[in-house]
Amino acid sequence: MNILTGNDLKTGDVIWWTGLDWSRFVKDATDVGDQGEAILHREEAARRVNSPYIIDAEQTDDGPRPGHIKDRVRALGPTVRPDLTLKPADPDAGEWVI
Amino acid sequence: MVDPIRLRDDEVHEEPAVSLDSFLDQSNATAVRIEAGEDARVLLPFLDRLSLIEIDFPAFGDGRGYSAAQILRESGYTGELRASGDVLLDQVSHMRRSGFDAFAPDSPINPKLMEEAIQRYEHVYQATSDQRPPIWRLRHG
Amino acid sequence: MYQYDQYDQEMVDTRVEEFRDQVKRRLAGDLTEDQFKPLRLMNGLYLQLHAYMLRVAVPYGTLSSKQMRMLGHIARKYDRDYGHFTTRQNIQYNWIKLEDAPDILADLASVEMHAIQTSGNCIRNISSDQFAGATADEIADPRPWAEILRQWSSFHPEFSYLPRKFKFAVIASDTDRAAMRLHDIGIQLVHNEAGELGAKFFVGGGMGRTPMVAPEIRAFVPADELISYAEACLRVYNRYGRRDNKYKARIKILVHELGKEEYTRQVEEEFAHMKTLGLNPPVEELARITEYFQDPAYDKQASDDLDLSDPDFALWVDQNVSAHNQPGYAIATISLKPRGGIPGDASSKQIDLMADLAEEYSFDELRVTHSQNIVLPYVRKSDLYALWQTLDEAGLAPANLDLITDSIACPGLDYCSLANARSIPLAQKISERFADLGRQRELGELKLKISGCINACGHHHAGHIGILGVDRKGTENYQLLLGGSGAEDASLAKITGPGFTEDGVIDAIETVTDLYLEQREDGERFIDTYRRVGMARFKEAIYG
Repeated sequence: MNILTGNDLKTGDVIWWTGLDWSRFVKDATDVGDQGEAILHREEAARRVNSPYIIDAEQTDDGPRPGHIKDRVRALGPTVRPDLTLKPADPDAGEWVI
Repeated sequence: MVDPIRLRDDEVHEEPAVSLDSFLDQSNATAVRIEAGEDARVLLPFLDRLSLIEIDFPAFGDGRGYSAAQILRESGYTGELRASGDVLLDQVSHMRRSGFDAFAPDSPINPKLMEEAIQRYEHVYQATSDQRPPIWRLRHG
Repeated sequence: MYQYDQYDQEMVDTRVEEFRDQVKRRLAGDLTEDQFKPLRLMNGLYLQLHAYMLRVAVPYGTLSSKQMRMLGHIARKYDRDYGHFTTRQNIQYNWIKLEDAPDILADLASVEMHAIQTSGNCIRNISSDQFAGATADEIADPRPWAEILRQWSSFHPEFSYLPRKFKFAVIASDTDRAAMRLHDIGIQLVHNEAGELGAKFFVGGGMGRTPMVAPEIRAFVPADELISYAEACLRVYNRYGRRDNKYKARIKILVHELGKEEYTRQVEEEFAHMKTLGLNPPVEELARITEYFQDPAYDKQASDDLDLSDPDFALWVDQNVSAHNQPGYAIATISLKPRGGIPGDASSKQIDLMADLAEEYSFDELRVTHSQNIVLPYVRKSDLYALWQTLDEAGLAPANLDLITDSIACPGLDYCSLANARSIPLAQKISERFADLGRQRELGELKLKISGCINACGHHHAGHIGILGVDRKGTENYQLLLGGSGAEDASLAKITGPGFTEDGVIDAIETVTDLYLEQREDGERFIDTYRRVGMARFKEAIYG
């Protein structure tokens, strides 16, 4: 599947396109098919996202899993500071990244 | 193409700027345009007959034009020195300090904001061709 | 240390308002990201993996306790309670919001700090020797020269859009604690035959994709020509540095492609022209700045005695305390490399504590080292024990300066959008594997440097042992390098062979250190044995 990601312009938060809006959680990301370029240009011009790009992701039971480790780190947070990630209480969260 | 913004009081120079190669071939051109990678020092023997030198910025991140401008001013050029191309509001102040006194940006720049940008820093750390006294001179006279 | 006058203060205050305006225009859509990016970079603001990252300048690695407290305040108020000290003596915050950035810069300006030009294709933080002003082996304090260069380079109109970033280091001793030869311009203060102080210029060093040790370009530049000479070096680079390929855009490529002689010739020609332009501050300006770098009010009666009966204290003194040029005093290095910890990170609480300790024990002054540690430069020997006890309680007293667990690690793929592999977990695992202090001391001086990508922010080319993280078909892989040094014996590390998994590279490091112990002769450090024995022997041990 193709999903869109970027950063929130004001806060810098990593965000994912849900089909309607931008979410901080990759599980909310939607498959944009071949509409990715059009959506990201529109959203960037409206300043609802900064520096967006399209990535390849795998549909899994846990939701979309970005194809590249870098985007998985973005989706979760730094593997070396679980307390600062989006899943501080999940001991297996780092495994999902690697 | 936008009308150039000039920070000079004299008349706009009417003759169009020719390329550096053309200038060196011709004997009577009074306006020349330098591309980013061309050597401004080639013009040094001809400065007193030039009324306009235009220096191109193909991308605002290409900073070669700043050195070209400084070199021309340091060598005594007093004619119009015009920055053209990808010239944005946020580079104008540095361009002014490097010796430019006219701007021909690809996209229009608000003249009021330009004036504010140029005036923003009351003092400067370096001696450049704009002749403003650097802070070290103010400290020691 | 240097104090701003009204001009310096006005510059940083104006810069804050300029940036506030630029942020406003970005948020309003008057600037695109492409147009805004160089502007925010010139204020140290990156867009990184998790958020915006702000890199605050610590000019030549020197800061006051008051400034350190502000760094702790920023971590607490605007970030997530910690900061990261970098290999250029700066500090980084990883969780910054763009909308807060102008206020952060205003807070910094209130204590004479800034984030000016800590990124972007411009002249960056001028780095220096973390022992400057306190060490016996310098001929003068290099920092006044660094301060002159800092002011000259700030908002330089001609050099704000260089082909690429530009880094200076200034030292004043033959011992190089600042990796000076691996900078775009490295300066060593020297005396000429008449006994006058001047600058020896090395130009074209650097790491990254094509590491190079800077050649000497000029043996002596007098104080009153420093600026015009630096201008000449920069102008040749600005005009002729490559702009066609980001990976060939540093000055080291220009010097290499022209050849040292031709580059020097062009600089000398430009210098001859620039000498006539009135660019140089008068010697009174260097004298004015130098006044701020006089010795602190040392107690001339301070005792040189030290009670080393506490064995843990004795180990820390042996490893982390360095000789001072003032009798009765010592230089103490606070290690930010605790067992299993993240190299260079400090919590806001630890930052506050270090500020307090500097105030109490070090005449209010601290230094950041390019190895990501903190130095208290002016500690009375009689205070060392109390200092150590407090540090120890706070986990800031590992006695591992320059030992294998005192490794440099870049933030890597956990934080950095440029990275190919994570570097911090590797540093942590190595720290655990080699945790035994006796074993570390047995190995002795061993500079391990880890980079998560070819950009080499972890200085792996300059490691006695270097590790480079790469992306091998979508998984993290690690190359092992040996034989580099960022000291006065500068050399570039060589790759051993095929890369390893994370566990594999740690095993390989053990193989290499075991071989060292087996092969070493009297007094040899790891790097000495490696240089004598050669790569082939090590390669054989690793790969069989």
